[in-house]
Amino acid sequence: MALSTNRTAINHLLKPLTVSTRHLSSATITIETSLPFTPHKIDPPSRAVETNPKELMKFFNDMALMRRMEIAADSLYKAKLIRGFCHLYDGQEAVAIGMEAAITKKDCIITAYRDHCIFLARGGGLHESFAELMGRKDGCSKGKGSSMHFYKKESAFYGGHGIVGAQVPLGIGLSFAQKYSKEEHVTFAMYGDGAANQGQLFEALNMAALWDLPAILVCENNHYGMGTAEWRAAKSSAYYKRGDYVPGLKVDGMDALAVKQACKFAKEHVLKNGPIILEMDTYRYHGHSMSDPGSTYRTRDEISGIRQERDPIERIRKLILAHDIATEKELKDIEKEKRKVVDEAIAKAKESPMPDPSELFTNVYVKGFGVAVFGADRKEVRATLP
Amino acid sequence: MSAIIGRKMASKGILNMNQFLLGSRVFASRTFSSSAKEMTVRDALNSALDEEMSADPKVFVMGEEVGEYQGAYKITKGLLDKYGPDRVVDTPITEAGFTGIGVGAAYHGLRPVIEFMTFNFSMQAIDHIINSAAKSNYMSAGQISVPIVFRGPNGAAAGVGAQHSQCYAAWFAACPGLKVLAPYSSEDARGLLKAAIRDPDPVVFLENELLYGESFPVSAEALDSSFSLPIGKAKIEREGKDVTITAFSKMVGYALQAAEILAKEGISAEVINLRSIRPLDRPTINASVRKTNRLVTLEEGFPQHGVGAEICASVVEESFEYLDAPVERISGADVPMPYAANLERMAVPQVEDIVRAAKRACYRAEKSVRMAAAA
Repeated sequence: MALSTNRTAINHLLKPLTVSTRHLSSATITIETSLPFTPHKIDPPSRAVETNPKELMKFFNDMALMRRMEIAADSLYKAKLIRGFCHLYDGQEAVAIGMEAAITKKDCIITAYRDHCIFLARGGGLHESFAELMGRKDGCSKGKGSSMHFYKKESAFYGGHGIVGAQVPLGIGLSFAQKYSKEEHVTFAMYGDGAANQGQLFEALNMAALWDLPAILVCENNHYGMGTAEWRAAKSSAYYKRGDYVPGLKVDGMDALAVKQACKFAKEHVLKNGPIILEMDTYRYHGHSMSDPGSTYRTRDEISGIRQERDPIERIRKLILAHDIATEKELKDIEKEKRKVVDEAIAKAKESPMPDPSELFTNVYVKGFGVAVFGADRKEVRATLP
Repeated sequence: MSAIIGRKMASKGILNMNQFLLGSRVFASRTFSSSAKEMTVRDALNSALDEEMSADPKVFVMGEEVGEYQGAYKITKGLLDKYGPDRVVDTPITEAGFTGIGVGAAYHGLRPVIEFMTFNFSMQAIDHIINSAAKSNYMSAGQISVPIVFRGPNGAAAGVGAQHSQCYAAWFAACPGLKVLAPYSSEDARGLLKAAIRDPDPVVFLENELLYGESFPVSAEALDSSFSLPIGKAKIEREGKDVTITAFSKMVGYALQAAEILAKEGISAEVINLRSIRPLDRPTINASVRKTNRLVTLEEGFPQHGVGAEICASVVEESFEYLDAPVERISGADVPMPYAANLERMAVPQVEDIVRAAKRACYRAEKSVRMAAAA
């Protein structure tokens, strides 16, 4: 069946992660995950995941867009249009996409600084992403945040945090508020294998378990905490077991359908039983950040091996082709389209101006009481806090 | 002329330890309206919490021993019975964890009141106070606001040693994004805590253990459940014309005593109760110094980079021509808090220190009996 691509570039900019076309069927296809789930103190969900052509095409579209965005960010950084820290997510897209497919925009997500693609998955736009990366006023944080501080409160995306591990207690706090307010929603608190050893994680997890909070801890294990391989940082790198009395599941994080199944399962579990840990076995192609080539502590063979065997987009492409949902050319056209859409978003973002100097002093407080605030030379630069 | 030292031993895990050996009462404010009632600071805080929890179901209290134990210092007494364990939450001894949980709950729209058993333990959670709470509204350009209160006793108690005696006013007040309040009297406690809970930004609320048992008159207005005090406004506790003394928390009482003594010697001291460390009420402080031309800053905490240093800088920047004498600074000693009673007395300001500094500022200093101590 033909893949209709009637959308214009403008539509892409307004609705960044577009759903596949109306000609695609919603007829259920059942696909087995690449690997079985490895459980800890729980019965794992089935390997058989229900999906449909529409969903598979959406996965492909969304991941292709994310991949393109991160690669474009790499170039922008090298062109010095992005400054400071820039942590890229390419390779890990299946986690963001699979999770989003299992939940609603009322379920909360919080993550650390590798947040661009989670922002997109939560409905964030390309223009506001690139503008933020380049420190422009159209950025999602008005240019005042940077790569590490993307937020989208209206779709329950709480950032975007720079302090490793801090986002986990914060996420458990989100789930505390959800339970307090008797919402039937859950929180996904994401962290890496590096953060998995943080004490505050265990402090907060203990409380989540004590109080039966609807918190899902998602360890995106890409096997390296910056330059330190997991076996050098953790006595036990079975992160899904590290909750001890808290049940866990190890998931192939490169398989979007496995991620979706695990997240759906986890959501049902925590609403009744308190927290669970999901360990997503995933991989980042880039180094820790743009300052890290990523090849001093891993071999190029390892990186290219993962790309060959486990790339998340390739996996979906093969599924789509195997089920005759689209042709190779159609998929390549989609990727070209994403490239175009990203390039246009970057061009538009480049035209966005820097924030007005008065923005230096806005948002320090919600309620500033008109108090005086000072710049570097208090006799020169002085304002009142709104 | 030795200062009052209330002795109350209260530390984690020790039950039934109250031994009040209070000396003479702290002088109360003289500028209140019709006051029939007296109230302890403890009851003032308790009633403020109770009323705010009653008014807004999103307000909840979280901390160690706040529930079943009725509060380590009984500030939350009775709240568990009234509001239940969902809103008065006992935590394990895990400050980093529960502070992060509180901030996360505030992100999602609740209004947490996080109690630190003392602010010394806030250091375990300070990353969440600063990086997760104070900065979020700015980094998110207004998307993520954090309507949270961090409260608890701050500064020296009596005989509790170096790790349990630090004043954190200067550290927290340095941070943009935080508001820092320090009540003195019961009206301060009620009005400022209510304001803090209603405020949409993160507020650090610095109480004082030795003030909890102090009684102060409270006006009818202050007893009303809608009462609150403005954040960022200091109070002139005692008007004067010769020298300005700024103070906060327990030191306000000492300053008032010093002012009485100075009055007998013909020096009229104006005592400013800061109430708000951040924002600092620079207009009130400067207006006072422009009137008196002399300033003594008073605080219990460490001197270097302290609250007094900021006040001094502010006055030098804005009212230099009005100063007739260098700014005097009275603070805690620049040492970790010792235990021995005589050393402890030397490590915190005493009334005679304040009197002496005020006289120096007025060029009426007595012959100095300087003590030179070798390191």
